[in-house]
Amino acid sequence: MGTNPLAIPANNIICSLTDPEGRSLGAPLDLPQDAGPKELYLLINTLLQNEEKLPYAFYINDKELLGSLGAHLLQNRVSVEQVLQIVYQPQAVFRIKPVTRCSASIPGHSEAVLSVQFSPDSRMLASGSGDTTVRFWDIYTQTPLFTCTGHKNWVLCIAWSPDGKMLVSGSKDGELRLWEPTTGKAIGNPLTGHKKWITAVSWEPAHLQSPSRRFASASKDGDIRIWDTTLHKTVMCLTGHTLAVTCVKWGGEGFIYSSSQDCTIKVWETTSGKLIRELKGHGHWVNTLALSTEYVLRTGAFDHTGKQFNSAEEMKQAALVRYKAAKGNSQERLVSGSDDFTMFLWEPGTSKQPKARMTGHQQLVNHVYFSPDGRWVASASFDKSVKLWDGYSGKFIATFRGHVGPVYQISWSADSRLLVSGSKDSTMKMWDMRTQKLREDLPGHADEVFAVDWSADGEKVASGGRDRVLKLWMS
Amino acid sequence: MPQGDHIDLHRKRHGYRPDYFERKRKKDAREVHKKAAFAQKALGIKGKMYAKKRYSEKATLKKTLAMHSERTNRHKADDQVQDGAVPAYLLDREQTARAKVLSNTIKQKRKEKAGKWEVPLPKVRPIAEDEMFRVLRTGKRKTKQWKRMVTKVTFVGPGFTRKPPKYERFIRPMGLRFTKAHVTHPELKCTFNLDIIGVKKNPNGPMYTSMGVITKGTIIEVNVSELGLVTPAGKVVWGKYAQVTNNPENDGCINGVLLV
Repeated sequence: MGTNPLAIPANNIICSLTDPEGRSLGAPLDLPQDAGPKELYLLINTLLQNEEKLPYAFYINDKELLGSLGAHLLQNRVSVEQVLQIVYQPQAVFRIKPVTRCSASIPGHSEAVLSVQFSPDSRMLASGSGDTTVRFWDIYTQTPLFTCTGHKNWVLCIAWSPDGKMLVSGSKDGELRLWEPTTGKAIGNPLTGHKKWITAVSWEPAHLQSPSRRFASASKDGDIRIWDTTLHKTVMCLTGHTLAVTCVKWGGEGFIYSSSQDCTIKVWETTSGKLIRELKGHGHWVNTLALSTEYVLRTGAFDHTGKQFNSAEEMKQAALVRYKAAKGNSQERLVSGSDDFTMFLWEPGTSKQPKARMTGHQQLVNHVYFSPDGRWVASASFDKSVKLWDGYSGKFIATFRGHVGPVYQISWSADSRLLVSGSKDSTMKMWDMRTQKLREDLPGHADEVFAVDWSADGEKVASGGRDRVLKLWMS
Repeated sequence: MPQGDHIDLHRKRHGYRPDYFERKRKKDAREVHKKAAFAQKALGIKGKMYAKKRYSEKATLKKTLAMHSERTNRHKADDQVQDGAVPAYLLDREQTARAKVLSNTIKQKRKEKAGKWEVPLPKVRPIAEDEMFRVLRTGKRKTKQWKRMVTKVTFVGPGFTRKPPKYERFIRPMGLRFTKAHVTHPELKCTFNLDIIGVKKNPNGPMYTSMGVITKGTIIEVNVSELGLVTPAGKVVWGKYAQVTNNPENDGCINGVLLV
């Protein structure tokens, strides 16, 4: 006969390739059992007719396919009698190197650093502190650039405009001030109106308005004010929340989402200022919100390539392209984290009912953040763990344990492969999504870490905390 | 009727004189001048005492006037910038006072090697051997007296097994064996019930240290993993030293202070 007695009979497996939302690519295929990620990668690029071969990751029952199909099925004891669903996920083409060392500890603030943010083009860094100043730092020489005084109380939140031309800072006495990052000078008078401290600030996305003009601010007094920077005053005041508003996010479709201590999330329309939806479900304060397109909205037209734009129109077009690519065909998703230890996944454009309830944390959830490609949601909680959930369905994927104190803030790398978390125990930890384990420990802070941010080009991570020093981490 | 009420009684019955109020007003007006004249004329100690009394009266008058006018005064908005800045997500939360993270572990390690620490109780009362041990009489006729029973609290550790009873010289009764200590953090000012890892040093002598006897002033090592302390290098601290501050054999519990 012709068959080699030592040859293992090559069994074929009937598979169907589906995209992350569940739509299948075509008819089921018959694949040999020794097909691995490389063969599937070639196959999918031909089936999708991509001109450039893009990298993909393949998942069977939410477990990543790392070896050959046959080995994976044996290991996980998946039955071959049904058609096998292989979910393919496009991955970012560029790869960010993990950050390993602290390249600089820049002192300067005389009180705890409360918030840190990179500009959308990753060229500048700003930080707000309890000593009432906002400071701009030069990333390349790692020295302070400007110190902006003027606030009368702690600077609680800062936010860069998506075109990178302005920075707004909100303080504990309810005042907002605009700063020019290139000179360090204030733009106009302080914006007053709120009666209590500012809890969050969010700019209008670049694809809706370029150059950036409007932003929304949330305060403890329960209202959200939309300000116009050219008119220098409040354009709209959205009242309705009965307790403090903890977070406000300006969505890409012209809606504003706000979460409050009165356990509700309200969806407002920006043209008229009317309340469209009220999302109820939480049992205690809603602390934080995350939008699936948040990363793209924050970075606007800029991405990891570092391209500069000449005109506002160009920027608007580029931002629109990036937004459409990030959004895909699906609706905008919203995740809210609360003091009742759970999170809800909502699709506010379609319904008032939550899509999924994400339970599992044993203490309040302080910060939730969607990954830049919208696949994953990470949540940081006071129970010392960071949990990873699926961004489309809300299913639990993995827990990252390692911190010994409450985890305060998290930040994703631009390629969605790495996550950095800062905690009360003064350490920061970097977690890898592929292995779902700790990648790197970043100790060095002498006291609690209050704010972390990863630059959009993926080169640097900045962190600040109670020890008053700003740390820059590089690979 | 009491003796001194005849004035009031007359007033009730007959009322005031017609010119009473006017005369009173004028007399009070003249009082000011009289007081001033007296103050200027009075000499010596009498004058000094009077001047002192008038000054204290003037001071209290000024204070009451200032207090009354507080209501109409407008104050600048209270813009005291407080210490302990926290970010917005921590503002509405009550946080227990946080202790500073461990200072330099290398310095600590050097101190530990030298065996010298700054301890809350530097001196303790020396304990004599006959107070520490009680003689046990053993044998068929109860004449042998070589066994001793420890009368103070001891710590033996999880892997402890007694020596064969025939050869056991020191007996540590199970009732006096403790595994947990109530340790207070000096900066946080809160007390935790922590497991004892071992006895580091008993000031009464190295013999007691090796036996695991815990008396007032003993340095013990406790498991602090539940406090969540981290060294500057990022390593988690799980053991720290504490000094015992009470007499455990009298109280039935071990109280101590954490040495930070």
